Amino acid sequence: MLVLRKFLRDIPAVAGALIVLLVLLLAILGPWIAPYPEDAAASHLLRRLRPPSAAFPFGTDNLGRDILSRVILGARGALTVSLTVVAAAMAIGVPLGLVAGYARGVVPELIMRVTDVFLALPQLILALALAQLLGPSVESAMLALTLTYWPFFTRIVHAETQRLRGALFVDALQGIGASTPRILFLHILPNALSPIIVRATIGLGFTILVAAVLGFLGMGATPPDPDWGLAVAQSRGYLPNAWWFATFPGLAILVAVLGFNLLGDGLRDLVDPRLRRSR
Amino acid sequence: MTPILEVRELAVDLGGRRRWLRPDLPPVRAVRGVSLSLRPGEVLGLVGESGCGKTTLGRTILGLQRESGGEIRLDGAVVSGLAPREARRARNAIHYVHQDAGAALDPWWSIGRTLEEALLVQGVRDPAERRARIDEVLAAVGLDATARPRYPHEFSGGQLRRVALARILALRPRVVILDEPTSGLDMSVQAMVLNLLGTLRRRYGLTYLFISHDLSVVRRFCDRVAIMYLGRVVELATAAEVFARPRHPYTRALLAASPSLSPEARPPAPIPAGEPPSAARLPPGCAFSPRCPHAQAPCRRTDPALAPDGRGETACLRWREIAADTMLPA
Repeated sequence: MLVLRKFLRDIPAVAGALIVLLVLLLAILGPWIAPYPEDAAASHLLRRLRPPSAAFPFGTDNLGRDILSRVILGARGALTVSLTVVAAAMAIGVPLGLVAGYARGVVPELIMRVTDVFLALPQLILALALAQLLGPSVESAMLALTLTYWPFFTRIVHAETQRLRGALFVDALQGIGASTPRILFLHILPNALSPIIVRATIGLGFTILVAAVLGFLGMGATPPDPDWGLAVAQSRGYLPNAWWFATFPGLAILVAVLGFNLLGDGLRDLVDPRLRRSR
Repeated sequence: MTPILEVRELAVDLGGRRRWLRPDLPPVRAVRGVSLSLRPGEVLGLVGESGCGKTTLGRTILGLQRESGGEIRLDGAVVSGLAPREARRARNAIHYVHQDAGAALDPWWSIGRTLEEALLVQGVRDPAERRARIDEVLAAVGLDATARPRYPHEFSGGQLRRVALARILALRPRVVILDEPTSGLDMSVQAMVLNLLGTLRRRYGLTYLFISHDLSVVRRFCDRVAIMYLGRVVELATAAEVFARPRHPYTRALLAASPSLSPEARPPAPIPAGEPPSAARLPPGCAFSPRCPHAQAPCRRTDPALAPDGRGETACLRWREIAADTMLPA
């Protein structure tokens, strides 16, 4: 359990892990934890823009909905978007990176040049353009984010695969006659896993942020979804008097992104085969 | 006796490339017309300094590197001129043990899984047979079954050599190419590895191509020795003959340069000056001529071929004169 002990000594990583765990719990148990779960869609015009109090710890928004409940309920949407986007981006980017790093000739060149083109475009702009093209919805935001995030995986996996292709153990596998898919997926991929995991973890946080930005710009979630970015956008008209309206959804974004980033950084130090023990 | 493995005029060029609007990259001529044959059960030593093409020759015989000319025969059948994958299939009786046994194992895979994978790849479908074979080869290399769940980084250098050998043995090879099997090991472990190699050879009827630059090990372990210089075999004879009566000036220089406990027993030969020339830019004539103390004008024009010299083969224009010139211990 050397790995666990080493991880527990890394305080920022543990803090990140706790935040991620909290976000996960909120996403799964949100409707049961939230004090006013019906506030996902309902509106109570009589209690508009109440400041934080015992009954409403984060205050209420312009439609009288409990902000704490909406922050809790927003976790599921944020996590669904980021998990879907990162999983889809990995599903596209990782195999392309493996092929580009292992093969020789025209195919890897082609893959990497296309990757470069996607990387050269500012992610947010491309996502905005795509979301605009497809019409504002969570699905189009996810598609846009996936299309802009896969090149990061291709780059990393390409570099790792190129490094590992020259490794002696790959040579030995070729020597005993192992097939290329076996070498790629059973040997090179596990050895390239640590940067992939790190990138994916940071990507989860980053995607939450960009999804919030899209929501803020009206290109992602649509009202009355309890979306963090959307809530910040809606709060703009009520600043600075109703400070709680913008602050708490904004803090939710900040904390969630920070949590994933801290965890990602911590994992980077951890995923090291030399720490693996049979005992 | 028919040779188990025969290599004829084998040539390997590495990395030459035509480039667009830039000068073409000339290939490195790593192996230039090597002819060798391995008799069943013998140990053929392949000796030469770093970069002389020993490892490339080994990898080409194995099939990982494609030959650019020449012929390889296994049991009399031609197995050269094939695409890498077919070449490996045709040469399945040949296996290779890497110099760095630790790096040749996937760090994420336990030894048991690695050994089992080799059998799976070779199409051994029956799990009971796989287990039996692994147990057998682990015992044969002197490791016990507790090695199976462990990872490569938990083993010492000597143990890793055993693991690497076990992996190859499980595949039932007949010819094993050993790339520097004793380098980086201390003397006692070296002796242990050599003993083990000898035992395995007798037990499994193996033939070894023993790549090394350690002359004392080669002298002790090999039946015949081929000396390589810049992609060519310059001398080939029994180990006893090569060490007692070296013919090629390069062999003499190598022997003279190797440390010995009895300095007076060494044949007098000057140590070659300078670095070996680059294999990408070979000198005209005999490749050794720029460093050879005996080189004369003809040496810089003609590249001598390996020719019978009475007790083996030598590739030198002047070996007769040199042998007559220098006093050799009888």
